[in-house]
Amino acid sequence: MMSAAVGKWLDIGPTSQIAPGTARTLPVAGADEIAVFHTMRGEFYALVNKCPHKQGPLSQGIVHGDTVSCPLHNWRISLRTGEAQGDDKGCTPTIDLKVDGGRIYLLREAVIPPVKAA
Amino acid sequence: MNAQTGFEGAVGMTEKLVVIGNGMAGCRAVEEILARDPGRYSVTIFGAEPRVNYNRIMLSPVLAGEKTFDEIVINDQAWYDDNAITLIGGDPVENIDRDAKLVRTRSGHEEPYDKLLIATGSDPFIIPIPGNDLAGVVTFRDLDDVDKMLAAAEQGGDAVVIGGGLLGLEAAHGLSLRGMKVTVVHLMPTLMERQLDEAAGYLLRQELESRGQTILTGANTRVIHGVEGKVVGIELEDGTKVKADIVVMAAGIRPATALAKQAGLECERGIIVDDHMVTSDPDILAVGECVQHRGLCYGLVAPLWDMCRTLAGHLTDAPAGYEGSVTSTKLKVSGIDLFSAGDFSGGDGCEDIVMRDAARGVYKRIVLKENRLIGAVLYGDTADGNWYFDLLKKEEDISDIREGLIFGQAFASGGALADPNQAVAALSDDAEICGCNGVSKRQVVACIDAGSHSVDAVRSTCKASASCGSCTNLVESLLAITLGDGAVESGPATMCKCTSFTHDDVRRLILEKELKLIPQVMQELHWTTPDGCSSCRPALNYYLLCAWPGEYQDDEKSRFVNERLHANIQKDGTYSVVPRMWGGLTTPNELRAIADAAEKYGARTLKVTGGQRLDLFGIRKEDLPSIWADLNAAGMVSGHAYGKALRTVKTCVGSEWCRFGTQDSTGLGVRIEKMTWGSYMPHKFKIAVSGCPRNCAEATIKDFGIICVDSGYELHIGGNGGIKVRATDLLCKVETEEEAIEVCTGFIQLYREDAHYLERTAPWLERKGLDWIKAQLFDDPKRIGRLTARFRLSQKYWQVDPWANRAGGAHKDLHSHLAEVRPLSLENA
Repeated sequence: MMSAAVGKWLDIGPTSQIAPGTARTLPVAGADEIAVFHTMRGEFYALVNKCPHKQGPLSQGIVHGDTVSCPLHNWRISLRTGEAQGDDKGCTPTIDLKVDGGRIYLLREAVIPPVKAA
Repeated sequence: MNAQTGFEGAVGMTEKLVVIGNGMAGCRAVEEILARDPGRYSVTIFGAEPRVNYNRIMLSPVLAGEKTFDEIVINDQAWYDDNAITLIGGDPVENIDRDAKLVRTRSGHEEPYDKLLIATGSDPFIIPIPGNDLAGVVTFRDLDDVDKMLAAAEQGGDAVVIGGGLLGLEAAHGLSLRGMKVTVVHLMPTLMERQLDEAAGYLLRQELESRGQTILTGANTRVIHGVEGKVVGIELEDGTKVKADIVVMAAGIRPATALAKQAGLECERGIIVDDHMVTSDPDILAVGECVQHRGLCYGLVAPLWDMCRTLAGHLTDAPAGYEGSVTSTKLKVSGIDLFSAGDFSGGDGCEDIVMRDAARGVYKRIVLKENRLIGAVLYGDTADGNWYFDLLKKEEDISDIREGLIFGQAFASGGALADPNQAVAALSDDAEICGCNGVSKRQVVACIDAGSHSVDAVRSTCKASASCGSCTNLVESLLAITLGDGAVESGPATMCKCTSFTHDDVRRLILEKELKLIPQVMQELHWTTPDGCSSCRPALNYYLLCAWPGEYQDDEKSRFVNERLHANIQKDGTYSVVPRMWGGLTTPNELRAIADAAEKYGARTLKVTGGQRLDLFGIRKEDLPSIWADLNAAGMVSGHAYGKALRTVKTCVGSEWCRFGTQDSTGLGVRIEKMTWGSYMPHKFKIAVSGCPRNCAEATIKDFGIICVDSGYELHIGGNGGIKVRATDLLCKVETEEEAIEVCTGFIQLYREDAHYLERTAPWLERKGLDWIKAQLFDDPKRIGRLTARFRLSQKYWQVDPWANRAGGAHKDLHSHLAEVRPLSLENA
């Protein structure tokens, strides 16, 4: 029972590693790179680091409110849902994230697609 | 209930309830049970502290000297006696034997139970740093801690409080009132970031600083220093040292779960309970800060009361069920009004309504979702806090009162007055509309009648709403009432949707009001969003750095990625790197270094740019600091090819080689570039110097172009080779290089100080007119000297190579990954 609870979340380090209003990246071997955001209001979000428009690295955009503006063509993406805002249409996958005891955890199965047991 | 008595009588004894924890939750739970069924249980309470139950949240007023311990006692000894409750204080329970259904204390005392209630509360979080066990390092949790702080305060001296949350600020306030010199060290950039947004945090910080406290945010304590086992100060990660005679750790709390874990009860962050506060053992219950309910742990008092009611219901066979609590916060620091409730982090479908009144230091923000209030932050005026909290908890549909909601209960509930236009129409003619400029309603209406049919026109004639802008909505209402909705003209475009001010207004007010921080501009100028947008943030950052060279601290997170990473982002997310080549000149050594770097960092394309330099494409952000270090080593600096800044100075070879050359155009170009590089501008800025009228350097499509002639230098401005080609206008002709450089510098500074952010010189010149620019530069002979002096002052701070800084290790976080994930399944494959 405990082991399932421990394994469910992937500890990716302390919250202090990401300054508010910025994002940092987390490459995943065999899957999409993840961008972890810290908003000015102190919330944390994780999304695939790709704009739905032309795959721009969202981690490099300006973070305002709970959205990020893509650095390539200024699409505004919701950090909560990954949906493009305004008239633009498209969605970036989000990754479940929790903060506990000053550390950031990502939902393991969302980071690493489940592999069938050998 | 009475139906039960027969059964109880048959058993012939009351059930035994043991409570671990004599704090607010434990005692409140007992009170609630007694109120429902006084004879049901015989109660024993174990407390770790050797005293009766007191109101822990009132420890702050005790520290501040506003209350005594006696005043904060909730239940005195008589209460325990009257209700036949056995209180065992100062002998903490050390383990729970679930099989034998008894608890065992430190002294070996054993107490059997039928039902056990765990209300152990929480423990202060002790930051795991060296020196945290020194004498003089205290937490802020119980009366013993307060006594320690009071003893320290009697000696006077310096206090450091680690943690700028609710508890930390209350401790800081108390120690400050007791005469200590207090420094608050907070890890996050905003005080109380869990309860406040950046704007309210800024106001709070200003107020605390004005009261003499030193506030260090974004400050990570690395070590606590001591001498002979006693604290003497702290040291931050960045090397800053702060002297301290006492250090208060108020960096958060952790649910106290040790006892429950030891007993094998299911715990995560807190002790897991169901909706009836029952743990994984049906005979053991838990309430208060030690529990985790539906994934949430609470650290405030209101949820605790809700939990105690639920628990008492369950234990007296009248289950009610607990669905979690919505919480609100007030800071207990006298003279500071601050309230926050619910969820104010925004999100999809959420709408913000923001009101700022700079003169009164008021900030109000309410968050709506689907016509319901879901969050509120109030600073300076919290009178309506309870009303908002009530609307929030009741989840009332507020669409009918939405227009006036932000103005508070009195306004929003005022029937007809709920329509702001009607409310304004109801004002008397003498009512003051604009407090800053003392303009009455009569004057504004007269001004509208006289032909000012837009907010901007009103601002420029009678000055209403031209200063702080907080009455803009009143002026808009007056326009609508006087002219009818359709006839109101829209003024010049505002800076962005976050403000009603234009770029010009913002630039003027930054200087007039001496605004020196982005959150300060947003507060003083009534921004309608909490932290701006990707359009206003970079603009404000530029306006502030231009207005206050040497004082303003550049805000990197408000910069576009290229200026943050000092390279140009490309479509695949890699970057291109352009080292500076002064006037387009290079050397074999530089070319060798560029060739080596291109190979070493895998530049897939190497291209000659239009600005006479070389561009290396396909560099990864992780490699940028290293490639810069290599280029620096060969004497090259950043070319700012990525910035709203001085880009290149393009030159032809001039009189040194060319048979037509009239002057040393290359030498002049290099001189100008050496003087102007590193300067940030409203937009990119290109210069060229041609050695003769054949104009091989294409100086007539540059922002500033020089064409050398036999008798001197023709200076041209406002050219553009971009989307809309525009040839330059001739500004003037001068005879010497010195004069050419002076006019160039004066022109650049005029553009820097006047243009809108992202406005090139060409549209700026067309908007202002060539005559205006000439007048600014030449009408008053002293003016150009003042402009060039201001430019040189700015260059003193900004003419630094940002690459050298990064190559030296600054801002590593911008270039490195947070971590890397390599699934084992792939490693093994």
